[in-house]
Amino acid sequence: MTVTASSSQARPPIQRWLVIWVLALAAVLVVFLLQDVVPWAVDYPASAVVPVADWVSALMGWIKSNLSWLTRSVTAMLGVPLDFALNLLAKNFKIGHGADAFVLPRLSWVGVCATAFIAGYAAGGRKLGMLVGGCFLYIALFGQWTSAMLTLALISIAVPFCILTGLFAGIWAWRKPWAERLIVSPALDLMQTIPTFAYLIPMLLLFGNSPVSAMIATAIFATPPMVRATMLGLTRVPLEIGEFSDMAGCTARQKLWRVLLPSARPTLMVGVNQVIMLALNMVIIASMIGAGGLGYDVLLALRALKVGEAMEAGLAIVALAIALDRLSQAIAHKQATGNVHRSSASPRFWRRYPNLTLAIAILAVTTLLGLFVPAFAAVPKAITFTTAPLWKAAVNWVTINFFDIIEAFRVALILNVLNPVRAFCEGFPWLGAVFLLGLAGYQLSGLRLAALVAALTAFCAITGLWEKTMATVYLCGISAFIACLIGIPIGLAAARSDRFEKIVTPVIDTLQVLPSFCFIIPVVMLFRVGDVTAMIATIAFAVVPAIRYTNHGIRQVPPALIEAAKVSGCTPRQTFFRVQLPLALPEIMLGVNQTILMALAMIIICAMVGTRDLGQEVFIALSKADSGRGIVAGLAIAFIGIVADRLFNAWTAKARARLG
Amino acid sequence: MTKAIEQASNATGKDPRPIKLACRNVWKLFGTNAANFIRERDGKASAADIAGAGLVGAVRAVDLEIRQGEIFIIMGLSGSGKSTLVRCMSRLVEPTHGKVEFEGKDLLEISDAALIELRRHRMGMVFQNFALLPHLNVLDNIAFPLSIQGQDRSTREARAREVIELVGLRGREHFYPRELSGGQQQRVGIARSLATKPEIWFLDEPFSALDPLIRREMQDELMRLQTMLHKTIVFITHDFDEAIRLADRIAIMKDGEVIQIGTPEQLVVNPATDYVAEFTRDVDRAKVISARSLMRPCDGAEHGGTVAPEAKIASFSASIVAAGKPFAVVNGTGKPIGEVTPQAVIDLLAGIERAGA
Repeated sequence: MTVTASSSQARPPIQRWLVIWVLALAAVLVVFLLQDVVPWAVDYPASAVVPVADWVSALMGWIKSNLSWLTRSVTAMLGVPLDFALNLLAKNFKIGHGADAFVLPRLSWVGVCATAFIAGYAAGGRKLGMLVGGCFLYIALFGQWTSAMLTLALISIAVPFCILTGLFAGIWAWRKPWAERLIVSPALDLMQTIPTFAYLIPMLLLFGNSPVSAMIATAIFATPPMVRATMLGLTRVPLEIGEFSDMAGCTARQKLWRVLLPSARPTLMVGVNQVIMLALNMVIIASMIGAGGLGYDVLLALRALKVGEAMEAGLAIVALAIALDRLSQAIAHKQATGNVHRSSASPRFWRRYPNLTLAIAILAVTTLLGLFVPAFAAVPKAITFTTAPLWKAAVNWVTINFFDIIEAFRVALILNVLNPVRAFCEGFPWLGAVFLLGLAGYQLSGLRLAALVAALTAFCAITGLWEKTMATVYLCGISAFIACLIGIPIGLAAARSDRFEKIVTPVIDTLQVLPSFCFIIPVVMLFRVGDVTAMIATIAFAVVPAIRYTNHGIRQVPPALIEAAKVSGCTPRQTFFRVQLPLALPEIMLGVNQTILMALAMIIICAMVGTRDLGQEVFIALSKADSGRGIVAGLAIAFIGIVADRLFNAWTAKARARLG
Repeated sequence: MTKAIEQASNATGKDPRPIKLACRNVWKLFGTNAANFIRERDGKASAADIAGAGLVGAVRAVDLEIRQGEIFIIMGLSGSGKSTLVRCMSRLVEPTHGKVEFEGKDLLEISDAALIELRRHRMGMVFQNFALLPHLNVLDNIAFPLSIQGQDRSTREARAREVIELVGLRGREHFYPRELSGGQQQRVGIARSLATKPEIWFLDEPFSALDPLIRREMQDELMRLQTMLHKTIVFITHDFDEAIRLADRIAIMKDGEVIQIGTPEQLVVNPATDYVAEFTRDVDRAKVISARSLMRPCDGAEHGGTVAPEAKIASFSASIVAAGKPFAVVNGTGKPIGEVTPQAVIDLLAGIERAGA
């Protein structure tokens, strides 16, 4: 009570804000109408562009020429385990040179499939075993084995690296609040909002076009969730457990490693799952700088417009993603609830770890057999089959029979929706945007947020990227808006019907694990390249959080409140609109926030299908290895994300505070 | 006020046992510059002063002495500062001001290494929500404090099995905490805190998270263990019945201050404030008050029997009413020091206060 009273005294009440907003909008409109008089306020003058891109290029050039000893040694050092994993899973070991080289075979595909089955069986029973083993078998039978193993090898080296780095960074941030506030949190925010493409450019420049640079980019991209999980896990350990360790006389190190971290293990495992999935996503994208593997196959096929091949490789990525996700989730779940007593620990290794022993034995036997029986070494051509012609035929059939409908839809969308919005966005005065966003920041949180938001928005203009920024905002905004229009009603329906939720949950779970690349393929088959394709792929990718958070938000309304509403005589409709929806609103807004951020990430990747925004800028910079241009465009994208995120968060925090 | 309490408790008789742990004007204040605030005032501040400085007084001017082998209970409602006080005693919480003396030595002065040594070997603690490590089974949980001291596996497991036996958990060694009931989990917590053979044993509301029936059973279990082990026990509770059942002495806390320290009988017979009286009102007096408190000088009447001065009224109320004659209260040598009349017992049972009784 006292808080609301004092805050309403300190800031103008709602009505006054209404007046302020009307005046502000009118002012921007005036600037827009007077653009002949004050053109510099609408289009940022080219003469005043700050050449940040050149500065960054110069800096990167300096680093490249002066620190090459460092980058080379890093490449060499990381190359050793990476080559080992690549050879082990995909490429065979070659000892010696030339014709008399002795070849030690890679792990047999039969053995790897069996191991996948055993791992699934050990973590989640027969059903999971079948699923994981089946995914690997699918990859083998569809002729994607070598590519998939290249991808897997990269992940298997990058993930432990991410986990260790994330763990130590998380511990550091947890120990030192100043480090968390000043270094770790801002760095994480930036790392997660900078588009994936933008990572590739400096890596390409420093480490060349090689699996190592792909791995480093992957490691940087995939580490943040581990840092967050570590911080969260350590904070969530019950206070009493920490006190117990003090009373037992633990030293600081014993307390951390033997009490706190093991107690936080369930949360840490959730982080590991996320690291794996992000690493997969990034390894696919990093195929552009030499990661190879499945992503490269998709990329080649897309460039040649071989839709069938792209679809096949894409489906193999899906299979790999599902296998890795379900497996790591099952392991995480087992860590959280699994420990079940055994009557006596038997001392022998094979007794204690029967599954592990079996897997090693099968791998060894099948790989040795591969020396003599070629069918074990490589997937025999005779049993693989390809669906590429089938996909191509299907697409042809659709284009022949439905061309008019699809084309009419596409053109109508472009003419009636996309183009007007685009024109509006691109003509929006930059000064007006800076002013309005700053005002929103001030209303929602105060002067600091206002300054941050205005500064980040101004950065996009003064680096000469205003038009491209607004092109991004327009496509991202429309996609996120439609994703919310679709997602929130589905989430509401799922919250009101358990049966519907049971149908929706596996679908959105699957959508969420798919690497962003995969969304483009089917859409591009039907709509070819252009903004419509980008928009539809983005909607499909970004709809998940809108559904998930809405459902969760409605369901987490305390049952006692709903009972209270019923007892006071609310009809179900009233209960829903007057109690559940207002209480769930902050959570739903969080979902909208996530949807916007995901849409932004996806829009950038859609540069591959010919958009004309910041993503394209990064994409071009990547192909020209122009680091300054790419990094500045990447930062501009990140700043759009940060502005949206901060404003939404401030708004949600305010709504939460009001609900108490 | 604290002076008055000390005099009162000293007057009740000299305890020959040495002082194990003592708090000397211990303060715990939260807020900026709390340490300077209390130092400038030389360890004295009123509630109004503290509130005026924008501080929160969790523990205020606590003086108490805990003797070796006694069960000392700190009792108060939630927010009264009892948990903070017990954490000041083990330095889990650093007191803002004052001294905590362990066998006469100030705990706040010793080095971190010495503190770790002290906690490893001489202090044990049991927690309200058990604080068991979820990733270890019962045996490993109990052996954990020994393992961090660097004891080898066979030694520590042998000791762990001893205490498992002691708390009656045999057969559950390889269960994980999640697989046990609340009562069993707290038995693990108790066994774990006993594994290091501590001299002083802190129990922080150990039974509050348990069902009433299990709570009762665990209280009996604690008394059984105490008759065997003779630890110095500091026990926190918000349950006055539990306090009366277990305590040698009780300290009652309110708003961070100790308002009275005494035996259960002293609290019931002479509550220092209305607040204490409110607590003791519903207590079954016959089980708390002893013959000594109810006796009057012998007036020469015939006696129907004899009782010891420490005997609780409940233990002889039925026989004295049946006999219809006063009972003589005799000390150790058999010499009568007073008598208890049937009328006084009946009045007590009926809850009638009579002047001079």
